[in-house]
Amino acid sequence: MREQSDVARFEQAVLPHMDAAYNLARWLTRNDADAADVTQEAFLRALKFFGGFRGGDTRAWLLTIVRNTCYTWLRRNRVNELATPFDEEAHSGESDDPETILLEGADREMLRQALEALPVEFREVMILRELEGLSYKKIAGIADVPVGTVMSRLARARKRLRLVLTSDPEGGRK
Amino acid sequence: MSCEGMQNLIQGYADGELDLLGNLRAEKHLKDCAVCARDLQNHQALRLAFTGESLYFNAPPTLRGRIRSAVRASGNAEARPGSSSWRWMAAAASFALVAIAGWSLLLRSRPSRDELLAQEIVAGHVRSMMAGHLTDVASSNQHAVKPWFDGRLDFAPPVEDLAPRGFPLVGGRLDYAGGRPVAALVYQRRQHLINLFVWPSADESDDRNRMVVRQGYDLIHWSRAGMVYWAVSDLNLNELQKFAQALQNSASRDDRRLKR
Repeated sequence: MREQSDVARFEQAVLPHMDAAYNLARWLTRNDADAADVTQEAFLRALKFFGGFRGGDTRAWLLTIVRNTCYTWLRRNRVNELATPFDEEAHSGESDDPETILLEGADREMLRQALEALPVEFREVMILRELEGLSYKKIAGIADVPVGTVMSRLARARKRLRLVLTSDPEGGRK
Repeated sequence: MSCEGMQNLIQGYADGELDLLGNLRAEKHLKDCAVCARDLQNHQALRLAFTGESLYFNAPPTLRGRIRSAVRASGNAEARPGSSSWRWMAAAASFALVAIAGWSLLLRSRPSRDELLAQEIVAGHVRSMMAGHLTDVASSNQHAVKPWFDGRLDFAPPVEDLAPRGFPLVGGRLDYAGGRPVAALVYQRRQHLINLFVWPSADESDDRNRMVVRQGYDLIHWSRAGMVYWAVSDLNLNELQKFAQALQNSASRDDRRLKR
């Protein structure tokens, strides 16, 4: 049984991170309604586990639960997405000498699409790093992989995004 | 590329993940290597592309309400009474009342899903009056209320304005019943409010009206065309039946229109 004050503490400490939770769920499920359901489920799970939370970074703790809830949901509903390989072929056209990225307003939409197209385990490290500003160590904790894996996933994902943003729209490859 | 091994260093530098020694090493290399300097520029350009609101999905306001209610309801269901504010005491008391009402019935009949649902529906109705959260979308226009549910639910609840029959639509909101998000439509009859809860039924079978009284509230529930409906109000049962009838009549008109 839980003390009522636990719910009050939960509301004060955890509910303020709802945007972060929803943002991660939205990027991982790529759909508004599913993200909302997953976020809600994650909060109810978090409430259940809250008694065992020993303090520290509440947002990272919550995001771990959101991430795991998303993966459970993906396994149940979109199992093929979990098996999407990282298409190394897409790198083949890249020169050793990186072009300079020029970002205009229209490119933001390209960036969004390119992010959505990344395999989920690459997408999550990008979201946690670039939109949540989390350290490698915290990302490693959330995604349950070694820090080295976080670094290599970030590097490969960024290479891909850079390629999308520098490729000539007339060139046909996106 | 000569500085293959430097890529991790440059990335760590761009991410601010290096210690002092690492930073010095990176800066020294960046001074000498134009390729890595360009690499760093690209890191920074990409970083810049991520800033701003457009890539960040903020939680929709309705989800905030939904999660807040779900957390409270869940906390409420498990919490010990006695250590909380009056509102939770009141809610706990109403749960207890429902439980007692339910229990006396349980002694006579087997416990059913409907029994549990009736409790949830009454609790949802009471909460909607108590918490000042009657509607998420306040509109008497069915064409404004219906699309509001798009993307918030995995089904499209039928929304009818019954103003011509004396039950004007007030609005709609998201609620939670039977272990799933449901649509709650709010109608009015004089000073009385009616909450109509709608969600897809597990099977396709139609079910005629069933009436229940809980805690002084009348409830009518039925299922039809793959949807479950629960209407609850402090209105007298006679008028609530008229409401259900009006809703079902306008739905059958739609059925006929579809079949034609």
